[in-house]
Amino acid sequence: MKTKNLFILIVLFGAIIFSSCSKKEGCTDPSAENYDPNAEKDNGTCVYKTPTPPTATSGSVTFTFAHHFAGTTVTSADFNAFNYVNANNDTLSISKLKYLISDIRFYKSNGDSLVIEGYHFVDLTTSSTLTYAPTFDLPFDTYTGISFNFGLDSVDNVTNAYPDLNILNWNWLDTIGGGYHFMQMEGYYKYQGNDSAYTYHMGTAHNMMTMTNEQNYFKADLGAITITNNISIQIKMDISEWYKNPTNWDLNQYHSDLMMNYTAQKLMNTIGKDVFSLGVVVQ
Amino acid sequence: MKDVTLYIISCIVFTAFLFSCTKDTNSTGGSSIKPTPYELVIPQLFAQYITPPIIPENNPLTVQGIALGRKLFFDPILSGNGTQACASCHNPQSSFSDTSAFSMGIDGITGGRNAMPIFNMAWNLGEFFFWDGRANNVEAQALGPVINPIEMHNTWQSAVATLQNHSSYPDLFNAAFGTNMIDSTLVVKAIAQFERTLISSNSRFDKYLMGQISLTPQELDGFNAFMAENRGDCFHCHGNAANPLWTDNLFHNNGLDATFTDLGLGGITGNAADNGKCKTPSLRNLAYTAPYMHDGRFATLDEVINHYSEGLQYSPTIDPLLKYIGQGGVQLTVSDKAALKAFLLSLSDDSFVNNPDFQQP
Repeated sequence: MKTKNLFILIVLFGAIIFSSCSKKEGCTDPSAENYDPNAEKDNGTCVYKTPTPPTATSGSVTFTFAHHFAGTTVTSADFNAFNYVNANNDTLSISKLKYLISDIRFYKSNGDSLVIEGYHFVDLTTSSTLTYAPTFDLPFDTYTGISFNFGLDSVDNVTNAYPDLNILNWNWLDTIGGGYHFMQMEGYYKYQGNDSAYTYHMGTAHNMMTMTNEQNYFKADLGAITITNNISIQIKMDISEWYKNPTNWDLNQYHSDLMMNYTAQKLMNTIGKDVFSLGVVVQ
Repeated sequence: MKDVTLYIISCIVFTAFLFSCTKDTNSTGGSSIKPTPYELVIPQLFAQYITPPIIPENNPLTVQGIALGRKLFFDPILSGNGTQACASCHNPQSSFSDTSAFSMGIDGITGGRNAMPIFNMAWNLGEFFFWDGRANNVEAQALGPVINPIEMHNTWQSAVATLQNHSSYPDLFNAAFGTNMIDSTLVVKAIAQFERTLISSNSRFDKYLMGQISLTPQELDGFNAFMAENRGDCFHCHGNAANPLWTDNLFHNNGLDATFTDLGLGGITGNAADNGKCKTPSLRNLAYTAPYMHDGRFATLDEVINHYSEGLQYSPTIDPLLKYIGQGGVQLTVSDKAALKAFLLSLSDDSFVNNPDFQQP
């Protein structure tokens, strides 16, 4: 009995060894450099090309926001001090500066453009809002221009549509065109020796005579830029430009209740266009 | 055969042993009780218009945590002499405020500010609590009154020891947090959980917005006065129909005084530009929260409206949104004042103050 068992065992082992020997071994992966079309059994010797890492052709883009009054830096630490004199020769302080920008666009030389859809809310008292890092892969290229909308355009300026703006009470009244505030700039100016309040609020322009509403956003241009890497782009606001070019803003005439003042709203649009410029670019 | 059986049995035993080791890692309370997660019910207008509630990751709402917080909120056990609960100054019938200008603590001493009402806490976007914003979340807010010498006048050590020696609290903490070792962090976590469930969303104005009822012509006119830039101009701070919170949860000097005895936010930040600024209170539930302002100086809503209409006092940090300060304010007509008051009262929510889930357990 015992010998018989041993015999069967030897036969079985032999069969296994034989069958394994009968197949030609080699690299059986057609995608390998040393692929052997005759090999029937892979022996783990496949060699592959080391992929060369592709050269990056696009990267991230981050925007930062900086503010000055005709060259004098303005941060929330400067709020409430009568540090500024506008083109109309009014001495003023700033106690609040909040605004909305949207749809930043990069223009190519062939006339095409890339747009970063969405808005960003800036509040000088909240430092996190001074950086905007949209999820966007920006191709490296020479762009003939960068622009953004100050406020929201007619497609985006939808009444009560944005929860993060609603909770900030940022809405613009339905009765004067709806949508959202584009800017709230507030403070005091000296008037006959007294401190007099101003609330420079911008949004939809409502014409009470015709009972019509006019979109009031404008496109701010920052100029050309060549992008070769991940990039940080500073957007600078010169607050003094909200008071001049092409005409001077007179705080004695326009200080409060400006939301419903059609003339004031249109004037903000006219003189606001040169408020922004391209600041420090790091890439 | 015998050996094989023994082998299989020992395998099973060993595997079972392994499982038992990986399953239960609880060591502090000796219990593996998992509290039941609680999903906050978001009111329709909140879901429609504003951002989701803020629930800290380290203090998720649970059924047991909320129940414990509710019990603690109404239990005088946290105070130094066992006479005063959170609810003593934050009474549900007063929208979790009280009817005094300054509340009295356990030693009969009154504080210096009006007790704030409590509701919709999970939507305080900047998370600044108290009139001066000195606490940066609900949990931190709840830490204060227990040890404030003119409020509950206790120490946390003593408060925790009393709870630890209580017949039922250790078990309740175990059910809520998986440990019966009580500390101040867990106490305020439980209270904060309860407070985040205190949602007010069912005033007459809410029902009007949801199309369930109509308002009176006077209430609607009051809303228009509230929203018009050249009438009340209340909306810049207190919001509009698309913000059911009726506050910006920010800080303003609303022209109460020419000089300050209470610096408000400025007392916390040390910035003179913040002097005299207090947190904008919500306009919900005004019917239950008199007297008004951070020092409870106004007994009636009429006095509040008169203040903004003709009572403003200039000071360097007064908010520029307050207009015609030289004349004392916006000079509302008698009918505008009456309409404004009618509208404001339509924001009061009797189903909130009477909600059985919010009463003493």
